[in-house]
Amino acid sequence: MMKRTIFSNQLLPWLLLAPQLAITFIFFIWPAAQAVWQSFLREDAFGIRSTFVWFENYERLWQSAEYLNSIQVTVVFAVAVTVLSMGLSLLLAVAVDRTIRSARAYTTLLVWPYAVAPAVAGILWWFIFNPTIGILPYVLEQFGYDWNHITNPDQAMALVVIASAWKQISYNFLFFVAGLQAIPGSLREAAAIDGAGPVKRFFTITFPLLSPTTFFLMVVNIVYAMFETFAVIDSTTEGGPAQATNIMVYKVYFDGFVGQNMGSSGAQSVILMMIVIALTVIQFRWIEKKVEY
Amino acid sequence: MIEHRPFLNFLTHLVLIFGVALVVLPVWVAFVASTHTATDFSSGIIPMWPGPYLVENYTQMLDTGVSTSGTPPVGRMMLNSLIMALAIALGKIAISVTSAFAIVYFRFPLRNFAFWCIFVTLMLPVEVRIVPTFKVVADLGMLNSYAGLSIPLIASATATFLFRQVFLTMPDELVEAARIDGAGPMKFFRDILLPLSRTNIAALFVILFIYGWNQYLWPLLITTDAQYYTIVAGIKRMADAVDGLPQWHLVMATAVMAMLPPVAVVIFMQRLFVKGLIETEK
Repeated sequence: MMKRTIFSNQLLPWLLLAPQLAITFIFFIWPAAQAVWQSFLREDAFGIRSTFVWFENYERLWQSAEYLNSIQVTVVFAVAVTVLSMGLSLLLAVAVDRTIRSARAYTTLLVWPYAVAPAVAGILWWFIFNPTIGILPYVLEQFGYDWNHITNPDQAMALVVIASAWKQISYNFLFFVAGLQAIPGSLREAAAIDGAGPVKRFFTITFPLLSPTTFFLMVVNIVYAMFETFAVIDSTTEGGPAQATNIMVYKVYFDGFVGQNMGSSGAQSVILMMIVIALTVIQFRWIEKKVEY
Repeated sequence: MIEHRPFLNFLTHLVLIFGVALVVLPVWVAFVASTHTATDFSSGIIPMWPGPYLVENYTQMLDTGVSTSGTPPVGRMMLNSLIMALAIALGKIAISVTSAFAIVYFRFPLRNFAFWCIFVTLMLPVEVRIVPTFKVVADLGMLNSYAGLSIPLIASATATFLFRQVFLTMPDELVEAARIDGAGPMKFFRDILLPLSRTNIAALFVILFIYGWNQYLWPLLITTDAQYYTIVAGIKRMADAVDGLPQWHLVMATAVMAMLPPVAVVIFMQRLFVKGLIETEK
């Protein structure tokens, strides 16, 4: 899209763009290029000399059990967070959409976790599930269930999924409410007159008409689970126990900063960048489609 | 549509009350824990009602902090977080609004190239390119500084797109009228465009303030000097240090203080917050 009337200056637009472009180049494009370059290098044990090794770092990744495990962990984690968080949000959004007088009050009570930092969300749930003093392990013990996420890999995964999904509920909720409000009331009224009950109306009218919102949120939630939950992992399990919660983005950081393996970390960065690019393209495709109809 | 289904109404409220309880639970537990002393936890189970140490624990954390954890007082960390959040929010808005102005109201060579350069930032979240970005900031001598905390994060494709969208919907007659009256581009920008985008700027500010306040990985990496710790990143260091001696009441007091400012912003500016959230994702 273009404006019909524009200003004719040639230098001024560059001056206006300069700060943004400078920061983008120095802190985004240049480091990304560095990561690509690093991914083709291999440093010796002392980090003094590095040799160009083509795709060796990538080949090593595909043969590394730890990396393949990390991919699997990421998929399980992302799907679990997305399904849990979106499921709960949809339920709450449908409920709020039904209430008339109290909708605003409920909305206020449900939206604020958006503002809680992922790191803080992690700490809060870590405390609630603390095996010695936490409230939930105590409750679970009454049912004869032993909770210890410090040693049990599945429980550690459950913990980070719950903490990450909890933080994302309010975001999904707001978009679902907006999506529900955009559905014309006359459609549901017509179905009600034809004798369709609330459940039938939801599955034949509301849910299909909500599918653009659902699809959009799915992409956003996957991106959130894959990248922004770094803080949840780091503030709770730190990838453990036994690599059970070592999602890909955490592994890039861990191998780069703690393991000091630059080549491998670079190759992992490049793989993640390709995933973000793919997800961004899907998201923008969707937006273009939405504009059309 | 109004329907008379008492059972469904009851169920609706039940679901919502359950939802609110679920959302509030962890924060309530943290708040309760922050009002007790360490000895209250030694019995094995944390209490469910607030204790009498609210003022004592919070003033201790604000003024002195936990000396053994190597973190500065919470008051200091909150100030650092505030500076960082404000710098990021204002910086992002400033550079994005000018970029969008340049892209919408001028035609110049490489205009599309500039647009794509900005778009690329969407595809490169900091977590993904963390090692080389850290190196760049270290080489520039920006470790342990407010500039290092904020400047690398203020490029923003979303904010630029948002302002581009806002400018594109403004009537062309505005520019024509300004030109006839002899106003140059900068005068048009300052006197017409900025005032007309006021609510968009405010809505975006709310979202970006929360984004800046909640940053974790970046401040964790580039601050080694305790004087520059932010509260969200500092809390982890504190939790690590006190895990041996159970001072969870102090960690939880810090957690409550870490979420108070952004949560207050969401609750008191709910209308702007929702507007900002929906707009930035369009």
